[in-house]
Amino acid sequence: MLSKRIIPCLDVRDGRTTKGIKFKNNVDIGDPVAMARHYYEAGADELVFYDITASSNRRNILIDVVRRVAAEIFIPFSVGGGIRNLSDMREVLLAGAEKVSVNTAAILEPALITAGAQAFGSQCVVLGMDVKRVTPSAAIPSGYEMVIHGGRTPMGIDALWWAKEAVRLGAGEICLNSIDADGTQAGYELTLTRMISEAVPIPVIASGGAGAPEHLHQVLTQGRADAALIASMVHYDTYTIADIKDYLARRRIPVRLVW
Amino acid sequence: MINFNVIATASQCKESVIVIIDYQAGNLTSVVRSLKALGVEGKVTRDPAVVAGATRVIFPGVGAAGKAMATLRELGLDQALRRSFARGVPILGICLGAQIILEHSEENQAACLGLLPGRTRALMPAEGLKVPHMGWNQVRFLRKHQVFKNLSAGAEYYFVHSYYPAPAQASMVLGVTDHGGEFPSAIGWRNLVATQFHPEKSGRFGLTILENFLAWDGADVE
Repeated sequence: MLSKRIIPCLDVRDGRTTKGIKFKNNVDIGDPVAMARHYYEAGADELVFYDITASSNRRNILIDVVRRVAAEIFIPFSVGGGIRNLSDMREVLLAGAEKVSVNTAAILEPALITAGAQAFGSQCVVLGMDVKRVTPSAAIPSGYEMVIHGGRTPMGIDALWWAKEAVRLGAGEICLNSIDADGTQAGYELTLTRMISEAVPIPVIASGGAGAPEHLHQVLTQGRADAALIASMVHYDTYTIADIKDYLARRRIPVRLVW
Repeated sequence: MINFNVIATASQCKESVIVIIDYQAGNLTSVVRSLKALGVEGKVTRDPAVVAGATRVIFPGVGAAGKAMATLRELGLDQALRRSFARGVPILGICLGAQIILEHSEENQAACLGLLPGRTRALMPAEGLKVPHMGWNQVRFLRKHQVFKNLSAGAEYYFVHSYYPAPAQASMVLGVTDHGGEFPSAIGWRNLVATQFHPEKSGRFGLTILENFLAWDGADVE
């Protein structure tokens, strides 16, 4: 049976790993290559690197970090943040990433998803979605709106519509981040996750709000997510990945227990 | 956790040429890096002459069967692979490379290499299950094989695919995986072995499989 994936997310800025609360007040918590190695050995099923400076400041993602990480770990990892075009995607994939995550650029230029899928295969193209809860309206019938720039800029695009459209364009997976839940450690946005996961045929990684193993249990059952992104709860050693998997396995969630 | 025993193996056979076939079907970086972690330099090539000199061939790939076959034919790599197989060179197919070694693929209704009899079929999404089958899953090994030794029970391997190889002979199915029903995830015959999953992305057990392959003499299932 396919295991539910537990995926630590490493926010990277200036070549260092950080974790912000609602994308503000970032705290430096370490070297991304050492952390990648640590999580690989600790049982992470996949890793996500997100260059948080890239979107706002137009900085290039740190190819050097990707290359060094790829030499150290033998599980898939994706890289996102500031991916603007095919050449950015190619650079990241050739540096050793398995997948590339597009977010802002895909909203501004949806053809990038198709171009990426055609050039590298759908399985390489992850659609990153930053989503904010709003009052449902004619423009945003689902009550969830796409935002960019770390939540600062609402796009007037319905999240449910965009998820389906991205599948049509060739996205292979969705990493669904709730701006409302992100950094709170109070649990994932279950309604949003379930809505998107049930609407698309591709895997959905839930992101934002993980603070305890029960939150992962909720999002993998009620939220119907295929994978769960975690950050603070493991970055600060509150839990180990083994703790989380043990909790889930006892509740009959299929997880990878031997590594 | 990486086992470096293979370094000794590699130095014992000095003339070994490990070739990774590049037919523009995806990223070969991770295969190269995995070999490097095992102390071995793989030679990435699209030149049939280089394949002809190989003592060991890795045939990876992701993407669509139709385009892959067209590229292989255009580069003359289809014949090179058939000759390597006939010569008894150990060959490891990975993902798309485990599919297009059969005679035919339902994907693009493509005529394939035909190293093994059989067809590549589409995964049918069962209730509540998604296709592509993406993530970690177990392999239930049905037969003993040198390439799949020293693996822990309960180990999982990384998959990303929408099609699976279905060899014509049951004896060619070395292992199966459950995703709304069991499908062949490890297959082999004579000096050819292939995995639907990605050993190069499957942690230390994946590296063990690559290490086993590097030491394998190409003999068929035990």
